[in-house]
Amino acid sequence: MTYDEEQLALRLRMLPPAPEGWVRAAQELPLAMKGLDEIVRRAEEDSAFRARLVADLEQALRSEGYEPDPVLVEALRLRLAD
Amino acid sequence: MSVTLTDAQLVARCRAGDQAAWNQLVERFSRYVYAICVQAFRLPQHDAEDVFQEVFARVYQHLERLRSDEAIRPWIAQLTRRLCIDRLRAAAREGPALEEDVELEMAEPDDRLAQLDEAISVREGLESLGENCQDILDRFFCRDESYNTIGGALGLPAGTIASRISRCLAKLRDFFGEEGRNPAA
Repeated sequence: MTYDEEQLALRLRMLPPAPEGWVRAAQELPLAMKGLDEIVRRAEEDSAFRARLVADLEQALRSEGYEPDPVLVEALRLRLAD
Repeated sequence: MSVTLTDAQLVARCRAGDQAAWNQLVERFSRYVYAICVQAFRLPQHDAEDVFQEVFARVYQHLERLRSDEAIRPWIAQLTRRLCIDRLRAAAREGPALEEDVELEMAEPDDRLAQLDEAISVREGLESLGENCQDILDRFFCRDESYNTIGGALGLPAGTIASRISRCLAKLRDFFGEEGRNPAA
């Protein structure tokens, strides 16, 4: 099966760019995940910190200066439950 | 990174902690994930953004589990599809009035997903054309830019843009035709 120019153009039009901010945020995930590792390490070493996280994750993160991004919060919740 | 890596090479480098490779992987699949969310499943923008970020977070976290590095694309498609369906189901639970709409959204996407698969294959073919053609075709067809805007951005007379688009499309057609490549494969 081959495609003529019109069919190719149609398929190219189907993939507009995702919003730049979304792409940038996804590209920054590895850095954010390193921050996550740091939080988990602290929670393992500091039981009071861990208790605060378990009680109110978002608030505990804010009070420690971390931005409680929903994706990271969910990832952290899973890590803390392990 | 100017070299175009295969999906498998990209995955291997991401797994080794290469940030540039991760950037490229996100760039390569971002349009695909976005299109599945907003075209196939018609998620509202804020839900689409959540799913988009969740997809890449899971990809990053679970790269180790990928059985075949070549299978990254179907894996991402399946993951996106599942998260979109979860999101629609959650919306249905929150608002019973929307339930019929949600069923409709979930019943329709198969054809659209197949079309998007073809579209991303065509896009991969675009990478074989050289930067000028990639840029012109992307600006015109994907970003919906006018001849004047494209000409201004690339320092080319606006009157030559149409013929350049035509030549680049012919090259793309030849790429698939001569090599026997089937974008649907």
